[in-house]
Amino acid sequence: MNAKLKRVSLALAITALMAGCSSGVKLEDAPVEDRGATSTPGNGGTTGNPNISGVAPVNLDGSARDGAGPVGVARIVYFDYDSYVIKGEFQSVLDAHARFIKASPNRKVMIEGHTDDRGGREYNLALGQKRAEAVRRALGLLGVPDSQMEAVSFGKEKPAVQGSTEDAHAQNRRAELSYR
Amino acid sequence: MTTDRTPSSLSPLAALPHISRRHAVAALAASSAVPALAQFRVEIKGVGLTQRPIAIVPFRGEAQSPQKISAIVQADLERSGEFLGIDASGVALDESTRPDLAQWREKKADSLASGSITRLGDGRYDIRFRLWDLVNGQDLGGQSFVVTEGDLRLVAHRIADYIYQKLTGERGIFSTRIAYVTKAGTRFSLWVADADGENAQSALSSPEPIISPAWSPTGGQLAYVSFESRKPVVYVHDVSSGRRRLIANFRGSNSAPAWSPDGRTLAVTLSRDGGSQLYLIDAAGGEPRRLMQSSGIDTEPTFSSDGRSIYFVSDRGGAPQIYRVPASGGNAERVTFTGSYNISPAVSADGQWLAYISRIGGAFKLQVMDLKSGSVTAVTDTSADENPSFAPNSKLIVYASQQQGREALMTTTLDGRIKARLAGKSGDIREPDWGPFQKQ
Repeated sequence: MNAKLKRVSLALAITALMAGCSSGVKLEDAPVEDRGATSTPGNGGTTGNPNISGVAPVNLDGSARDGAGPVGVARIVYFDYDSYVIKGEFQSVLDAHARFIKASPNRKVMIEGHTDDRGGREYNLALGQKRAEAVRRALGLLGVPDSQMEAVSFGKEKPAVQGSTEDAHAQNRRAELSYR
Repeated sequence: MTTDRTPSSLSPLAALPHISRRHAVAALAASSAVPALAQFRVEIKGVGLTQRPIAIVPFRGEAQSPQKISAIVQADLERSGEFLGIDASGVALDESTRPDLAQWREKKADSLASGSITRLGDGRYDIRFRLWDLVNGQDLGGQSFVVTEGDLRLVAHRIADYIYQKLTGERGIFSTRIAYVTKAGTRFSLWVADADGENAQSALSSPEPIISPAWSPTGGQLAYVSFESRKPVVYVHDVSSGRRRLIANFRGSNSAPAWSPDGRTLAVTLSRDGGSQLYLIDAAGGEPRRLMQSSGIDTEPTFSSDGRSIYFVSDRGGAPQIYRVPASGGNAERVTFTGSYNISPAVSADGQWLAYISRIGGAFKLQVMDLKSGSVTAVTDTSADENPSFAPNSKLIVYASQQQGREALMTTTLDGRIKARLAGKSGDIREPDWGPFQKQ
């Protein structure tokens, strides 16, 4: 191989190395005498992967577990379609939770808003947030300090029941109180 | 084998005589190979389409290779809506042989690609191809690659990109990647797949939901919402290393991440000050800056490609509609006016198109708006479309939908004429996000 061809091969090798090993080399330019010129290390592109399109998997296990809430008291508030208003029938439930939370400053409640499965995921997340915040405000009116509450949303991601019936929708439009 | 071996037309390879000899022998041996079948379903609607007929000849050596390069290339080109595959099964031809023009013209092919794949001593593969203009009998050049087995599909997509660019003058998107989320049983996974949905690799697997993946402008990182801590928080995840950074974990919900085109800023929806509102946050982390103050829900921000505006969804007018606001804040102007539920905006890289989901009579349907004229086209006949995302060449949209009661990822041309169902992992599949062009 003459010096000029060697230089070309080296340039190609560097180009290929910089761009990752699957970068194409113009067929006309493909060096033949020295096949190694287009060859780059198999792991040239990324760290820890044998090829440049590699993805390193991350596996998560075990969700946080709920703590105990007030004994014998429901932990779910249901909402009407397209509504963010707490119905009168849930007032006694919220009263009992308010008493329980206020009984110990160490107690912290997460209020998790949910929607039925119709519509977009992010928009439903915002709607679920409205439900959670409605419950947070109601508990605030009952004297629960803001520092002991956090309103979050799961949108439509964690339905209580599967299915697209009216009954399923009704059971999924809810806010859950969970103690951590 | 009908091979017209005109030395002058083969000048590039004439310099490689020993290679040509070897190929000729191998090509004969491969002529009995079983043709690879395209494994993708492409649905074509409408008439009067002008598609370029192209023959992708099975690559010599392909029958013994782990990937059927020619089938992947052909499916890529067909999915673009701009090509029609011409049957080339059983043909023995590679990059070193000139196709018989008369024979291919008879088959109504305007262009042809042929090549070879050879396993090297070190276990890697040498892939070569050449593209021919059959109408003018012109050699349109070719490329060669040396890669590991894991990058063979990437090479096939790069070949499709080369062909697409040579024949249409526009950049191909076949070697880009798509991120999506599946739910299988109680497990949620975030996948990084080839643009055809194949070759999915798990980036994250969690017992809690994952939503709203968004590729960084360089294609190396994904921002997304994870519920792993039993509330929505925003992570930025480097996909090749698996390294993750918490970007938004404020009191309340943190969601809807969107990258600015320069990759320096993320727009997010936070409820930390009450209600769902838009904030800008440094990609390196830090204190969020509130973009606007509104009485209702503001969410689903997405930057225009010039970085100057942010499109988003707001119910400030009573029902969710798409608005646009300067990225520096200021007055928002309404963009959608038809219907009472318009969400999930996506803007094409060329700035010309807005894709979004509209609720029409209880069905959720993908719409495409021409931002210059404001005219809107419904591009699907399905009723549970979600989450559109543009290919970086602004020519295709990927979206989630339902087919026969199962979630599916679909691609469509902007006029809705060519649709393809992407291959994907089993389980409910959703939240696609089309990544940027990769560095060549």
